[in-house]
Amino acid sequence: MGQVVLVTGVSRYLGGRMAQMLTRDPRVDRVVGVDVVPPPDDIGRAEFVRADIRNPIIAKVIDAAKVDTVVHMGVIATPLQAGGRMSMKEINVIGTMQLLAACQKAPSLRRLIVKSTSSVYGAGSQDPAMFTEAVEPRHAPSSGWAKDSVEVESYVRGFARRRPDVAVTTLRFANFIGPTVETAMTGYFSLPMVPVVMGYDARLQFVHEDDGLRAIHEAAVADKPGLYNIAGDGILLLSQAIRMAGRPPLPLPPPLVPLTGRGMIRTGLADFSPEQVRFLTYGRGIDTTRMREELGFTPKYTTQEAFMSFVEGRGLNRIVSPKRVGAAEQALASVLTTGGSHV
Amino acid sequence: MSDARVIPIGGESEVPEPDAAEKVATRTSSTGPDAERSSRSNSNSAQTAGSPEQTESEQLPGSDYERPSWDERVAGALAFLRRRVTGEYSVDEFGFDPELLEQLLMAPFRPLYEKWFRVETRGLENVPDEGGALVVANHSGTIPLDSVMTQLALLDHHPAHRHLRILGADLVFQSPFIGELARKSGSTLACAPDAKRLLTRGELVGVWPEGFKGIGKPFSERYKLQRFGRGGFVAAALEARVPIIPTAIVGAEEIYPLIGDAKTLARLLGLPYIPVTPTFPWLGPLGMVPMPSKWIIMFGEPIHTEEFPEGSADDPMLVFNLTDQVRENIQQQLYRLLVQRRSVFV
Repeated sequence: MGQVVLVTGVSRYLGGRMAQMLTRDPRVDRVVGVDVVPPPDDIGRAEFVRADIRNPIIAKVIDAAKVDTVVHMGVIATPLQAGGRMSMKEINVIGTMQLLAACQKAPSLRRLIVKSTSSVYGAGSQDPAMFTEAVEPRHAPSSGWAKDSVEVESYVRGFARRRPDVAVTTLRFANFIGPTVETAMTGYFSLPMVPVVMGYDARLQFVHEDDGLRAIHEAAVADKPGLYNIAGDGILLLSQAIRMAGRPPLPLPPPLVPLTGRGMIRTGLADFSPEQVRFLTYGRGIDTTRMREELGFTPKYTTQEAFMSFVEGRGLNRIVSPKRVGAAEQALASVLTTGGSHV
Repeated sequence: MSDARVIPIGGESEVPEPDAAEKVATRTSSTGPDAERSSRSNSNSAQTAGSPEQTESEQLPGSDYERPSWDERVAGALAFLRRRVTGEYSVDEFGFDPELLEQLLMAPFRPLYEKWFRVETRGLENVPDEGGALVVANHSGTIPLDSVMTQLALLDHHPAHRHLRILGADLVFQSPFIGELARKSGSTLACAPDAKRLLTRGELVGVWPEGFKGIGKPFSERYKLQRFGRGGFVAAALEARVPIIPTAIVGAEEIYPLIGDAKTLARLLGLPYIPVTPTFPWLGPLGMVPMPSKWIIMFGEPIHTEEFPEGSADDPMLVFNLTDQVRENIQQQLYRLLVQRRSVFV
């Protein structure tokens, strides 16, 4: 008998694709997708149950379908997606608590996979270059999605203690990026001018949306309990990413940043929250040795390739395009070399 | 990028060697870890290390050195600019950008190294051509020019053109612009995980364990080593099982003789000290011109850590003793060099 998988957050892009991928897996018999709103896109053979994970009804769903694997992708990253910070926190934290309470009572459950984020490590000047899963954060996040994720992880740890028979896998992802996924990062790099904090150049890591989904998929069909960092190889500097996206940077003096951030959130331009600002100031790197050696997962895209896939797939109108730069280079070279060859 | 060339900005001093051009090409195109490794591996064919008596700085921009033609230099410079503008380069996980360092960041320091301080290197053969090693040196000079000069000595004058990865203080990475440049030039925060990570990757790591106590000490205490932190660097070398290279730097003490410290102002601004020298702040920006002292950088005999048993890094007594041994070694080298030195400026 194959697995019965419950996917939360199925009405958002990544959750929907995850459900579809799982229905195509021969090891999986049944996929139940849960969310508060119906999925906008086709989720394949997956069954959709309209339920709020903040409501005890979720226990009935798990029980009735005899779910043995729960893939929790219901943590929301930006207030824009949830309709305000209050309801975002409620969905993230209270929702996870309810889901875990239901899981604890489900005798059929064998596996729990939680999509978390590397932002739980915070970001700051005192950080080591690369975080391993064992490192305690030195600048623990104090607000937003990152703080929610810290709380979610702590509830998950509590659950793992109370149900030692369930294999719990927590995946801490670098920022998702790719041709389709919508995140704070994709919004940020799509701005006509990209605001940056003057005097700092953050180190960034990305995971391609296909790789991220593959990682969750693999964790869902194999017993790999533990905590894993997931990211594409290599590092991109913020300045470099902006250049690759062909956008002009807009350096802001640090005192102006909070005001600009609030303005951008209010106008819905991009998520420039204090947490995000810290990340874009100091950056963060995560070590993926455990991902390779213990989870046995190898991403197909490096950080740089994932970012290029976003730039090309999105058809970003690169204002500073490589073609134009190349033409300028040739024009300059011809002027300088013919005019000055005898110098 | 095989068409890339070194663009001589300021006092470029490549040594005329039959395979120099090829070497240069490899170095400038080293935009990734693979290229970095390849530049290190073809090092054996390069020039031999200077003997202790031979000064590297005698090899001034040679008249017989065939500079690349104007066309090639323009093409190289434009290609460099294009890669910069379109983002076609790579940095390592610490944010190190080798191309930027070699072509741009080091350019203003090369004339300072060759002409102003006339840096003489000794014992370069004590620094391995490849693999991890820890360079430990004395710190002095009010502003940390000594670390930049050591980095330049190993990049331009070591046969394997090694990048020195400097471990910097917290303050460096808190400061805007400075922190950014430090990361791009290969530095990272002085913390145990980063030190171990660099050393096990086979990088050459530089530490100045006296920290601000060393560079900010009064002129009257010149060449007296200050306390050596908590010995974290020794533990990292023991754990990674790499040699420690005690290094003495003479000349840096005299560049900005520190005769006073505006302590109250420094405390207000959250800085470790604010220097008062015979020329600064009295002469304004002119007071920031360093004294043209003659420098000697002496890389000493390596202390091998492979002989210590596994788990020695967790033995505090051993770590303390080894820290003392390294400190004493550097102090003795300093005294020896000072005795040999005829004058501060010659």
